Amino acid sequence: MSFLVGENMHGGYGGADILRGCSIGVARGEIAVIVGPNGAGKSTAMKALLGMLELREGRVSLGGDDITALTPQARVARGLAFVPQTANVFVNMTVRENLEMGAYLRRDGIEETMEQVFELFPILREKHAQPAGELSGGQRQQVAFGRALMTGPSVLMLDEPTAGVSPIVMDELFGRILEVRDTGVAVLMVEQNARQALGIADRGYVLVVGENRHAGSGAELLADPKVRKSFLGG
Amino acid sequence: MTDLLNALILLANFVLVPALSYGSQLALGALGITLVYGVLRFSNFAHGDTMAFGAMATMLATWWLQSAGVGIAPLPTALLALPFGIAATALLCIGFDRAVYRYYRRRSSPPVVFVIASVGVMFMVNGIVRFVIGPDDRQFADGARFIMRARDFKEYTGLSEGLTIKVSQGMTIVIAAALVAALFWFLQRTRTGKAMRAFADNEELALLSGIDPGRVVMVTWTLVAALAAIAGTLYGLDKSFKPFTYFQLLLPMFAAAIVGGIGQPAGAIAGGFVIAFSEVTVTYAYKKFFAYLLPAAWEPQGLMQLLSTDYKFAVSFIILVVVLLVRPTGIFRGRTL
Repeated sequence: MSFLVGENMHGGYGGADILRGCSIGVARGEIAVIVGPNGAGKSTAMKALLGMLELREGRVSLGGDDITALTPQARVARGLAFVPQTANVFVNMTVRENLEMGAYLRRDGIEETMEQVFELFPILREKHAQPAGELSGGQRQQVAFGRALMTGPSVLMLDEPTAGVSPIVMDELFGRILEVRDTGVAVLMVEQNARQALGIADRGYVLVVGENRHAGSGAELLADPKVRKSFLGG
Repeated sequence: MTDLLNALILLANFVLVPALSYGSQLALGALGITLVYGVLRFSNFAHGDTMAFGAMATMLATWWLQSAGVGIAPLPTALLALPFGIAATALLCIGFDRAVYRYYRRRSSPPVVFVIASVGVMFMVNGIVRFVIGPDDRQFADGARFIMRARDFKEYTGLSEGLTIKVSQGMTIVIAAALVAALFWFLQRTRTGKAMRAFADNEELALLSGIDPGRVVMVTWTLVAALAAIAGTLYGLDKSFKPFTYFQLLLPMFAAAIVGGIGQPAGAIAGGFVIAFSEVTVTYAYKKFFAYLLPAAWEPQGLMQLLSTDYKFAVSFIILVVVLLVRPTGIFRGRTL
């Protein structure tokens, strides 16, 4: 049973529809990956789930509640956390302050969560007093990831988390994503590195021009000759 | 030796003390401008007149307190009236935000639209101030005038040059320092202050973190209003209150904010002092200073003044242009305009 579901979503940024009946779902303790060619509407689908664009048709539900009409902020308060692809840290604030801002809505103690984030990304503990803008790309990505985790989310959404980082850092990040999944969080991500991402995915969606073209477990999609041929380069 | 001391006291009296207090006033004004720029993302041309409004509100409360016989001599009564001035200015700023800026924020208008809207707000505030209190020069300082008189200083030290420190100057420097410390503490240490910085840093990510933009805007205007009312009142106590001079302060204040790096609070303070010291040193007549230091035969004939005080605004303007050409981010690497 999926926890976050977008059904039959249609919509775009005012002009022609970018999403044309796409459906995405992710369950808790599961990783779902959206892959597809450029311009397929992968990021747009994720933004639709987050409420950052208005749907003309279709609905979004979280844990069985219809959240289609909620603003992004209201959805964040309901447990959705989003890591944008770019500009995903507060560059003038220290690493610790970035994490604190992630926990802005929380009134309970945040030290425990921060400790977990520091355990997940030891480099952040080391650099906690440094402005996030002075960190390397991979480290920034970890700050962004950590900030999202600080909200104590039930769903973690990542927009191309490995864009522009080295293969080693990418493996590292995917490892952390698996750890987060194992804590019972639903993880949804959009990825350019389709092969690697599907390798760790419990569920995969191949989007083409705003529609679901293929869906299945990560292993199924990787084994499917049609998917291999058209999207994974043979 | 005495000549050297006299020369230094002369400089302290006519350059150091006035520039320190003027610099503090500019720094407080520039802080308000930089906060609006950093958080609300536009250059607020109404800031000078907002300061005039704050000073006016404080003045009205001062008169009322004086008529009721309440005072805190030797300090000026205006200090006691300041909370009233701040509250009135905060209402004005939040009122204009609701009536004008919020509309453009909702429409996500480009910054230039906000700038032009702020020019409109400037004319309106300007009108309100002149309507309520008139365009004339007014004095509202009472209590003691001097911390240190020239005559007392001369008697005490035996030098022929005196050092004067007015109560208003001492008060300006002390209050500005305390206010800046409090503002930095607020921005660096409190949850709301950090949320403001986060919003200024990356608006979208701040929203994704659940920061309420409406609240950030309200808090920002309240801080800006407090800074404006205090800066306006201190300037009015130190010089005199005249609505037009506050409009003229806009140029040196913007220059201070940009020189320091707009959007950076520390830059606004540094910029305030850079502008104030440049203005005062360039327009001071050094004749007497050199007369002390040079042999009698070399005493300068002219005033030894680089620029007449009538041209003091040219100083901020030149600094502004040079900074924009050479280092547009300013001293503290603020944003480029």
